Amino acid sequence: MTEEYELRSGETHIEVHKFYPGAIVMMAVAALVIQTSAPVYFPRLAILDLPLLVTIYFGLSRRNPSTGLLLGTVMGLAQDALSGPTVPLGFYGIAKTIIGYLASSIGARLDTEHPAARFALTFGFFVLQQAILVLVRRLLLAQPEAWFNVHLAVAAAVNALLGVVLFVLFDRLRRR
Amino acid sequence: MVAIPSRHKSLALLGGVLLAQVLMLAVQIKRDSRGRLIRVWAVTAVSPFERTGAWGVRTVRGVWTRYFALLSTSRENEALRIENDALKVTIAQLQSRAAEADRLATLLSFKQSHEDVPMVGARVIAASAGTASRTIEIDRGERDGVRRNMAVITPDGAVGKVIEAFRDYSQVLLLTDRDGGAGAMLVESRIQCPVGGTGDPTLVMKYIPSDEEVKVGEKLVTSGMDKIFPRDIPVGTVMEVKAGYPFKLIRVQPAAKLDRLETVIVLLTQAPVEFKKEAEAQNTQTGGQPSGSGTQKAVPAAPAATVRP
Repeated sequence: MTEEYELRSGETHIEVHKFYPGAIVMMAVAALVIQTSAPVYFPRLAILDLPLLVTIYFGLSRRNPSTGLLLGTVMGLAQDALSGPTVPLGFYGIAKTIIGYLASSIGARLDTEHPAARFALTFGFFVLQQAILVLVRRLLLAQPEAWFNVHLAVAAAVNALLGVVLFVLFDRLRRR
Repeated sequence: MVAIPSRHKSLALLGGVLLAQVLMLAVQIKRDSRGRLIRVWAVTAVSPFERTGAWGVRTVRGVWTRYFALLSTSRENEALRIENDALKVTIAQLQSRAAEADRLATLLSFKQSHEDVPMVGARVIAASAGTASRTIEIDRGERDGVRRNMAVITPDGAVGKVIEAFRDYSQVLLLTDRDGGAGAMLVESRIQCPVGGTGDPTLVMKYIPSDEEVKVGEKLVTSGMDKIFPRDIPVGTVMEVKAGYPFKLIRVQPAAKLDRLETVIVLLTQAPVEFKKEAEAQNTQTGGQPSGSGTQKAVPAAPAATVRP
């Protein structure tokens, strides 16, 4: 298999990026550990959703819907398992599966390397994830949940900003 | 054989994975099972990293404080802090019981109980992985005697209860979680009521009839009716009271700093805290002379400061 190849569609061409061995696993585990550990010392960091950022980034970069949705599934189920028994397994799993699929599908059609595009996509995916979580909570768990609040908008913007910075760092894990 | 286009393959995979997770959710809800095995795997896999991270943070902090500060002073401070935390728990409960004794002075001869409640100190090593729940993970587990449904407190007040106890770790459901809560009691009016979480940083007081008077600033303590928390542990302060029918809408500021927990205390008993009847208590104090009051008002046992840090 070539280390890097291109999807060609008419005039446009979009690179499919490969990563160093273990990079995805390492970043996924690191995201989960930081997600659970950081708020203990810095409570405001609970606003971040690092597993989501990892799902989005590797979905956009690998541009393979199957691997994107599977990575989202793993990240979501791990997040469920680490959120305590009050969060049923599949709650975050469903949301991140869909996000992983959409991210890799969009990544296969658009150039998502520009910081502005990354900000907009991360913001949109964060809001979409929240919408899916509300739907799951309302339809499957029969629990009330607000559709929108200011906190959500702030959280989406903060995560999108962090995503722009983190994605640049993640780019260094790509094979040249 | 008909070749399936790649896009359809991934769509089929998406559908399959989503269906599997929806079914998994449905099974959990129907059977009220939490998939303990996979949680054990996930927690076991990630906890060592969390513990290492917590150890790293502690080490860096320790090197900093012990290098730039005096070594003996740092150690002495640590010992004093632990002792102070234990004393604060005792003082908080004694103060609450003293207030009750003042009000009921003519009916109740309040004597200090000497019932010991074993405790264990624990460090918080992780928080919930998402905002959907409010839980923490502590570095004490079944090996330390921690079991499900044990009360978790700090010197400031009630924190929550143990919902999962693994070998070396436990998960604690905070009062502010949607499923969290405790039996509580208003200190002044002695109205008993459950308080629960909503997923927000504050608590909600439930089932207070609209004709009851509740003042902003009034303190709440545990009532002991939930069979998890001993009586008289601070729960919070009423911060907002709104009219409602049939129940008032009351928000409570938790007494413990639930968003800044670094160390907690687990009460190592699942048995309800033993109550001493006044007659028995007085009997003890007067060397076996009956009190003669006949009052059967119960008083709580005081947790002894047997904290194992």
